[in-house]
Amino acid sequence: MATITTSPPLLAKTAKRPFLSAAARRDLRDGLLFTSPFILGVLLLWVGPMLYSLYLVAHDWNMITPPEFVGMKNFTRVLADPLVRKSLVNTAYYTFGGVPLQLLVAFGLAVMLNQNVRGLGIYRTVYYLPSITPAVAFAVVWIQILNPEFGVLNNVLSWVGLGPINWLFNPAWSKPAFILMSLWLTGFQMIIFLAGLQGVPKELQEAAEIDGANVWRRFLSVTIPIISPIIFFNLIIGIIGSFQVFTSAFIMTKGGPQDSTLFMVLYIYRNAFELFKMGYAAALAWILFIIIMFFTAIQFFFANRWVYYEGKR
Amino acid sequence: MSIATTQPVLPPTARSSRKRRARLSYLLLHVVMILLGITFLVPLAWVASTSLKLPGQVFVTPIEWIPAAPQWSNYQEVFGRLPFHLFIRNSFYVSFLGTLGSVLSSITVAFGLSRIRWPGRDLVFTVLLTTMMLPGVVTMIPVFIMFKNIGWIGTFYPLWVPAWFGFAFYIFLMRQYMLTLPLELDEAAKIDGASNFRILWQVIAPLCGPAIATVTIFSFLQHYNAFMEPLIYISDNEMFTLPLGLLWFQGRFGNFWHLVMAASMITIIPVIVLFFVAQRYFVQGAQFAGLTGR
Repeated sequence: MATITTSPPLLAKTAKRPFLSAAARRDLRDGLLFTSPFILGVLLLWVGPMLYSLYLVAHDWNMITPPEFVGMKNFTRVLADPLVRKSLVNTAYYTFGGVPLQLLVAFGLAVMLNQNVRGLGIYRTVYYLPSITPAVAFAVVWIQILNPEFGVLNNVLSWVGLGPINWLFNPAWSKPAFILMSLWLTGFQMIIFLAGLQGVPKELQEAAEIDGANVWRRFLSVTIPIISPIIFFNLIIGIIGSFQVFTSAFIMTKGGPQDSTLFMVLYIYRNAFELFKMGYAAALAWILFIIIMFFTAIQFFFANRWVYYEGKR
Repeated sequence: MSIATTQPVLPPTARSSRKRRARLSYLLLHVVMILLGITFLVPLAWVASTSLKLPGQVFVTPIEWIPAAPQWSNYQEVFGRLPFHLFIRNSFYVSFLGTLGSVLSSITVAFGLSRIRWPGRDLVFTVLLTTMMLPGVVTMIPVFIMFKNIGWIGTFYPLWVPAWFGFAFYIFLMRQYMLTLPLELDEAAKIDGASNFRILWQVIAPLCGPAIATVTIFSFLQHYNAFMEPLIYISDNEMFTLPLGLLWFQGRFGNFWHLVMAASMITIIPVIVLFFVAQRYFVQGAQFAGLTGR
């Protein structure tokens, strides 16, 4: 009752002063219009497919006979599938073993490039170049580099009396081989770090020097906090990317030997496009999605403990 | 530095020994960086060198880095065995359309996110940042089924049409750049009665050269290097892009290392040429990416 009596004056009030002026209305219209490709894209390529995927998860479908409703069965199958555990472990190994090393290499290179060296452009080019080679070419080339008998890597290792290592043919060495390979692709992260390092204000460094801080102290107490948002960014992007490793394993090992390089996305691909178990593959994709989002959320949660944002203090 | 070298040798004071130490560490830094540089270049050097060898030379140790008689005919042989000219054409076709879409859509959307004020803009921007961090694996299967339902399997559409909706990273990059342009530009044009549409294409877009170049290069690379999408959507051999063609070649002629490396070089060379022509924008793109963290 009360609402009825109070609503007419409210309506009258809004009618008197329109919600938006003509210019503001035009801006709203144009804003929506200009961003509409992206909004449409999000609906068509993200929201719609994710909802559809939820439908798939509850069905068995080989893309020939009609989908059959199975409820939560695809998830109980996941629990009983030893290859899921295996591929999750492999993926975690590659991610948590690889990403810290990649960041360390990228950061080390950036710090060296930041020392005002002569020939900076040349060094930067050399370190960056491998990371832009097409993934397939990179994988095809590395099949031969890692060849136990004739590959360059074992050739070089033999100079210092190491090896030969059966890289891609030994389950114990296949994942380290993949991690090693990934270090050649750190150029992009290196440039991001370098940009960050170059943005560290000189005055801060000098002030710390006057206060008697040595090189290490300045590095730890000035440089690292200032570029911590960039470390954070590289960490997030690196982990999301590594969890979805696919191409090199698909081309170089097909998941072998003994499933030691069967990574999650490769297993999803197999279920979807080789075995045509669409529902099961969608369930696996959701599990990986949730795992990645979980680790991303954890990082954001702990970010305010170590990531320093200028002006937000 | 130059003063120190022209002056007569000073007695070894603390200062000069410190200088010597600084120079020594500078030298050491160069040595380390050169060694690392060689390490980074070995794979590429190896591809290039193997691609020019005779089959018999490939497995000779120690490795002959510069073949005495480079076999340029290896490249000819690659083209003779599989239709690489078609793969090149397909790759460039898809990369061109995808890049065009990426550039046009990122300019348009970025304008709406940076130079027009409207309620809901921050929400769209938040969604944009979120999609940058969503793992694409979750949409792979449903998007495939969607494209199958509209009859796009076996066509090039799935490889380039999505770019026309705008990828979050490129939009973000373009927006960051547009935010650096003074707002007076728009206001002056508005006083002259220009619509937002005209402001975008006649005032703002012409000033976005560096950002457009960066998006162009990254988008070209993305489409040119793409593997998963062509793998899923293309099955006709004549429609293969270079990555698929190279994989096919590796599968059929994997034992002929010199030919596989020549085929790899054919795939890599366009990227390297692009890199050397437009290195500035490669670096710029990575720098922009870092801004996401700010």
